[in-house]
Amino acid sequence: MLLRRRLGIPSSEITDEHLYWRRRDFIAAAGLAAVGLAVSGPELIGAEPQRPAKLPNVVPGPYGTDEARTPYEDVTTYNNFYEFGTDKASPARYAASLRTRPWTVRVDGECRRQGDFPLDDLVKPQALEERVYRLRCVEGWSMVIPWVGFPLRALVDRAEPNPKARFVEFTTLLDQRQMPGQQDPVLEWPYVEGLRLDEAMHPLTILAVGLYGSVLPNQNGAPVRLVVPWKYGFKGIKSIVRIRFVQQQPWSSWQRANPREYGFYSNVNPEVDHPRWSQARERRIGEFFKRKTLMFNGYDEVARLYSGMDLRKNY
Amino acid sequence: MRSGRPSGSRLGWVKAALFVLALAPVAWLAWRATAGRLGANPLEAVTHATGDWTLRFLLATLAVTPLRALTGVNTLIRFRRMLGLFAFFYGTLHLLTYLWFDQFFSWPDILRDIPKRPFITVGVAAFALMVPLAATSTAGMIRRLGGARWRALHRLVYLCAILGVVHFWWLVKADVSEPRLYGAVLAVLLAARLWVSYRRSAPAPEPAGARRSRSFDRR
Repeated sequence: MLLRRRLGIPSSEITDEHLYWRRRDFIAAAGLAAVGLAVSGPELIGAEPQRPAKLPNVVPGPYGTDEARTPYEDVTTYNNFYEFGTDKASPARYAASLRTRPWTVRVDGECRRQGDFPLDDLVKPQALEERVYRLRCVEGWSMVIPWVGFPLRALVDRAEPNPKARFVEFTTLLDQRQMPGQQDPVLEWPYVEGLRLDEAMHPLTILAVGLYGSVLPNQNGAPVRLVVPWKYGFKGIKSIVRIRFVQQQPWSSWQRANPREYGFYSNVNPEVDHPRWSQARERRIGEFFKRKTLMFNGYDEVARLYSGMDLRKNY
Repeated sequence: MRSGRPSGSRLGWVKAALFVLALAPVAWLAWRATAGRLGANPLEAVTHATGDWTLRFLLATLAVTPLRALTGVNTLIRFRRMLGLFAFFYGTLHLLTYLWFDQFFSWPDILRDIPKRPFITVGVAAFALMVPLAATSTAGMIRRLGGARWRALHRLVYLCAILGVVHFWWLVKADVSEPRLYGAVLAVLLAARLWVSYRRSAPAPEPAGARRSRSFDRR
């Protein structure tokens, strides 16, 4: 109702935010009505999807923001997860083929406690926290997402990396039957990402197993994904099956696809444009006007990790 | 439209139906906007849909001449102008979504953005090429320009379509399958056109021979 109005009136009159948010209420109400139908067809994009099970004993974590949270429906239907297709709607549509249980994560490389660990064994000792983070996609849109997870540091500590470990490399599941998008060589599969060890140990960096208090939906990277809120979203590798401690800087999937456009660091930086588009502003999902993109996505506390580095070169 | 003659009135109905059909994408978009079914990023959805339909109508316009040669149905030419104008219509909507939703009519930003981002440069160029074509689409303008000059001017549509596909190609992040599809269709259509003009200029395989004058583009 709103958009048509916006299309029909001069731009000087479009800032009626209350009206805008009422649109969301309408959608939520419609969604509630549709929950009983339990239909998840693509036609019902406006409907509230059924949420997975609630996660028990989640405590509020640090680094919260009081910014409006992006509605659950948007967080779970507008995704980049090329393993299920390159369209934003594809992951929600096709990710049901992913079997997230049982799930094993291999921890290896330059660390003492190597092995294949059932995910439950890795998660159980951790206190699950809710972390409400901004997520800035390299494409120029952003969300505010209440993740549930634990600091990656806790896992790193348990693995006991040796002094040779300087980087952490993460790998996504490789299985064309579960991830049909891997039949297309859009990227080199499996998806690989990496962090410097000090980035991995930063208290902001988490492994997420849920969002909005519930188990992570498949399209958001179930059962376990990385969240590094000061970096572009693609650094947050999904459905992780391997965490490896290495000496050399990992060569990520997007770097391989286009080293000139995607660097290893990929810190959110409004001053360093993507070669094909500006990164100065972003569209927060649910908002009409674009907002200014903040350095490190507003997480200034990470600046010291990069002191003395030329962030233009190390993009 | 020639309403007087019976064949003309039938053509009129077909044209009217095509006109309504060509408006369906924008109606569908308006409906989805009304019902809140444009997804999480409605402005992006509008931008993509209007861009897609611009390219589709451009390709449909370019398909008229080869289809006509292939099928021998000469009345197809009657729909070409309408298809071309719909390409311009969706192109205008597409440009408007950029000027409005992406740049909020901030002209200094727009002028900086156009040369800076190659896919925007190419897209704006493709649109600019459509303007003179739309402006000279009336029968009066064809008469005023004269057939030969009009045809020469309207060859810009090839460049326009090529730039349109390049614009799409350059904006995608990694998956070029869709722009590649449009590019393939465009390549086939341009090749078909070469073939049509080759066949037309080669006198040998035309036993009827009488209509060797370039009757194809005559309106």
